[in-house]
Amino acid sequence: MVKTILAQVKQYKSASLLAPLFTAGEVLMEVLIPFVTASIIDKGIEAGNIRQVYLYGVVMLLMAFMSLAFGVLAGRYAAKASSGLACNLREGIYEKVQTFAFSNIDKYSTAGLVTRMTTDVTNVQNAYQMILRIAVRAPLMLICSMVMCFFINIRLSTIFLAAIFVLAIALIFIMRRTTPVFSEVFRKYDDLNASVQENVSAIRVVKAFVREDYENAKFQKAAEKLYRLFVKAESTLALNNPVMMLVVYGCILAISWFGAHFIVAGELSTGNLTSLFSYVMSVLMSLMMLSMIFVMITMSAASGRRIAEVLNEVPDMADPTQPENTVADGSIDFNHVDFSYKHGSGEKTLRDIDLHIRSGETIGIIGGTGCGKSSLANLVSRLYDVDSGSVCVGGKDVRSYELEALRGQVAVVLQKNVLFSGTILDNLRWGKEDATIEECAEACRLAAAAAFIERFPDGYETWVEQGGTNLSGGQRQRLCIARALLKKPKILILDDSTSAVDTATDAKIREAFAKKIPGTTKLIVAQRISSVQDADRILVLDGGTVNGFDTHENLLKTNSIYREIYKAQTQGGGDFDQPALEGKEGVLA
Amino acid sequence: MTAQGKNKMSVGQQIRAMKRVLGYMLKNYRFSFFIVVVCILGSALATLRGTLFMQSLIDDYIVPLTQAQTADYSALAAALISVAAAYGIGILCAYSYNRIMVNISQGTMRSLRIELFSRMETLPIRYFDTHAHGDIMSVYTNDVDTLRQLMSQSIPQVINSGVTILTSFASMLLLDIPLTIITLAGVGVMAFATSKIAAKSSVYFARQQKDLGAVNGYIEEMMDGQKVVKIFCHEAKSLDQFRKLNDELRESADKANTFSNISMPVNANLGNISYVLCAVVGAVFALNGYLGLTLGALVSFLTLNKNSTQPVSQISQQLNSIMMAMAGAQRIFDLMDEQPEEDNGYVELVHAKENPDGTLTETGERTGLWAWKHPHRADGSITYKKLEGGITFDGVDFGYEEGKIVLHGIKLYATPGQKIAFVGSTGAGKTTITNLINRFYDIADGKIRCDGININKIKKADLRRSLGMVLQDTHLFTGTVMDNIRYGRLDATDAECLAAAKLANADDFIRRLPDGYQTILTGDGANLSQGQRQLLAIARAAVADPPMLILDEATSSIDTRTETLVQQGMDRLMAGRTTFVIAHRLSTVKNADCIMVLEQGRIIERELAILTGSG
Repeated sequence: MVKTILAQVKQYKSASLLAPLFTAGEVLMEVLIPFVTASIIDKGIEAGNIRQVYLYGVVMLLMAFMSLAFGVLAGRYAAKASSGLACNLREGIYEKVQTFAFSNIDKYSTAGLVTRMTTDVTNVQNAYQMILRIAVRAPLMLICSMVMCFFINIRLSTIFLAAIFVLAIALIFIMRRTTPVFSEVFRKYDDLNASVQENVSAIRVVKAFVREDYENAKFQKAAEKLYRLFVKAESTLALNNPVMMLVVYGCILAISWFGAHFIVAGELSTGNLTSLFSYVMSVLMSLMMLSMIFVMITMSAASGRRIAEVLNEVPDMADPTQPENTVADGSIDFNHVDFSYKHGSGEKTLRDIDLHIRSGETIGIIGGTGCGKSSLANLVSRLYDVDSGSVCVGGKDVRSYELEALRGQVAVVLQKNVLFSGTILDNLRWGKEDATIEECAEACRLAAAAAFIERFPDGYETWVEQGGTNLSGGQRQRLCIARALLKKPKILILDDSTSAVDTATDAKIREAFAKKIPGTTKLIVAQRISSVQDADRILVLDGGTVNGFDTHENLLKTNSIYREIYKAQTQGGGDFDQPALEGKEGVLA
Repeated sequence: MTAQGKNKMSVGQQIRAMKRVLGYMLKNYRFSFFIVVVCILGSALATLRGTLFMQSLIDDYIVPLTQAQTADYSALAAALISVAAAYGIGILCAYSYNRIMVNISQGTMRSLRIELFSRMETLPIRYFDTHAHGDIMSVYTNDVDTLRQLMSQSIPQVINSGVTILTSFASMLLLDIPLTIITLAGVGVMAFATSKIAAKSSVYFARQQKDLGAVNGYIEEMMDGQKVVKIFCHEAKSLDQFRKLNDELRESADKANTFSNISMPVNANLGNISYVLCAVVGAVFALNGYLGLTLGALVSFLTLNKNSTQPVSQISQQLNSIMMAMAGAQRIFDLMDEQPEEDNGYVELVHAKENPDGTLTETGERTGLWAWKHPHRADGSITYKKLEGGITFDGVDFGYEEGKIVLHGIKLYATPGQKIAFVGSTGAGKTTITNLINRFYDIADGKIRCDGININKIKKADLRRSLGMVLQDTHLFTGTVMDNIRYGRLDATDAECLAAAKLANADDFIRRLPDGYQTILTGDGANLSQGQRQLLAIARAAVADPPMLILDEATSSIDTRTETLVQQGMDRLMAGRTTFVIAHRLSTVKNADCIMVLEQGRIIERELAILTGSG
């Protein structure tokens, strides 16, 4: 985990080195300053020599300025290194996600990825900055102060050794008790936040079922539990401060007592005694800082692990070594395909699919909820890889193509489709970056979207909110179709992408397809019979297997499932949406 | 991002927010907090006792000892024991206040969280419509977190530092006035430098928050659309845009941290300079015997000088986190101060039992018979009216925003037991109408009555209890499948839940899940297909066994065959009860008693049972 994260330091290596280096300089000055202070007292004040007072005063001032300069530089570089690392980590994760196959994406939730790139990265950033400055400062301070003490008086300084021993034991005890509790605390904390999130997004359900009190009680229980855990962890941590005071005060008392003896015996000067006191403070302060770093590291380790998890994720799909770059035509072949979302789990989503589709054919796909319609469509543009068998496009296995080449020719309009914030034109140009307005308008006409877009006051420059929330479901779907059409693909897959479009418009779109892009192979996944009945052939899927694959007329005669669906939907006549509605749509508020 | 953008607060606002945070702390922990202050005082005094002892150590003990013929250490020993006792008390005090503070800070956080949550649950739907969910979440995570920092670290630290500064200055004044003035001047310079640096860094911290918001928003949007990015091979472009935002964030984070990092060395070394000045001036005084400054007193004074400048730099360290905490507190209080959903209803829904003479009596058990309990204010009497499920809309106007009416003059009669269907294109106002029946929103004009009672007179909770709802957007909760079904009625037995699942045709797929009914669902049922989630939502409504039902595109992702089965089940359940159905598909509404065609917020057509005989 540490290695993965440190690999992202990259161009901030020099800053990461300079920060501790300057910190070291700062520490050196800080350690020397009490020594100079002692000299002021001993050689100046006690000796009655005002010139020495001035001399050491100037030296100390100089040191203070140097310490200031070092400190500022250390702070500067620590900030640069840590914010740089954070930036690289975010970019690293983002870049990694771009290489993910669909199966990788399914593993992480959007919220999970967002937290990793924000909260978790911030935690690591803070910890890194702390480590750069304090992880150097504390041990160095400890060592230097100890050296100075021994330099002043060896025998008196052995007191420190005993003190450090006591303190170390106490700190280890505290750490060992708190670390496991803290990791538990953060898990519970995540759960608590997840339940808030759930309540925010499902507020209508909560209110519809009048479950406010129930949710309150649930939340209160979780908050109570979190409180108890936090108190458990922090009450042990509360020992930190008193333990440290105990040791410091013990040292002061011991040094006072023995120091007095030493001074009487003439082995120690009064100035040195004062210096010793201030070294006591620095030694113990640095121990305290070390313990703080440990706490900080344990707290951010969880974040680090979550980041490393994404960075180390292996994309499930790799480009072949010698990829094909051109798709010959729009033919599709499924050769005895088995497929499951979790490879080898035994739960097969598709079983032994063997289909051969000619270039330019229009194929309808129909079947019950969860029968594998979308899964089948997803295999064509290699959004997922098959378990066994093969899927071929243009006569070649999809796994032999460069992904970009394949997906450039196989356009998919997903069931859960997304528009991005930007103008309508921006969104359309996802399909073809340099598309002219005419090209975009042409695609929109095909997708029956041109009419409503042109009625907007800003036309193609109309701003689309994130997720397209200011457009109706039907308008969104039509824009997504137009966006896919701009690719001028050899194969077009519509995965239930006209479900929110009224029947008449749906028919118009299909008619336009038949007239304007006859050479394009079209796969139309739908719930409605009317959407597929004039396709060249219709595939009836049932439980992941092919139940029938024929024309509408033949299926009506031979296929019982198809007949049943047909009967259920046509008695009474399809959908209600009247074609006249089309003319009255507007941008929703 | 909007919530984080409002980072600039006036000093007055900050003080008000601080007062309120302290108010929360003191509400439940007044006595504990008093003890904490006393303990902090005790521990600071113990430290002071030690510092003053240093003065006497050299002057009163060591110097006499060096001059004496035979060294007698008993006086020193006695003094050390008394100091040790003071230290002991100090340590006890330190432990006590640290320990008590854990309870105070965590306890306050707990009650803040609970209050925040329960306030949030009372807010009207409108609030959730107009506030980004990410912003609401950020109150619970980022903002509450900053308060933890404030209570567990900043407040004790500031009190402690304040006490130390005061006691140090008091003792310094006793020791030597001119040197105290020098020290004070030093502290003044430190305070000035700190405020300058803090002002600079707070500007950059605000910018960092803004940039963070931008990055956050971008990530959220792109991660949500990651599959579309892949399909369009848009990876490189999306990364480019991200790099730009990310780099801006790096830059502002760099600046903000630089300024906050340098405040410590600046303060510490200003402290050092003040120390040198005191040492030199003090030495001159002591050597020339001005104002009777002794060597020991000077040494003590110098220690005091160090002791007083350290807490000043500690306070300055806390300043940034205090400012951030206040901005967070403001957002917490903003959410808490939102106007809750209004409810002036007084008519209640009760289970009832029919007496032989046709009158109704209230009863605690489930009888399948409900009644509206209607207290009359005029004479204090109570009447019971049988719930039949007759809903009428009388000239109802409604708009989500004031002045922007989306439903116009809706007139509607649903006689008890009818199945009413709403059809029309997206955005025609179908969902809106059902949201008015259960008072998710309040109407602008007109009247809605349920069994002749104006629904404004019915307690919201009871009104909603009388209406089962399956919403367009299916939401499930973390927990087992069983828990999710039982959400409809908390006291439903396992058998009842099972029956509901069978009725909703969900039993089949649930049994095929790894742990059946005990399968844990997480992330809004992420491991289920849209159709399966809808089946669960229907089961949830079925187990509630409500007197009236609203199905809003409840079967849109379910295939037609399964839908037919589900529908037969629902029809059995709702026989004789009023049902509202919104749908796109004809098959969904074909056996409705009445179909309303909506367009542009108006009912443009009513068809009565045109399709009978087709089911």
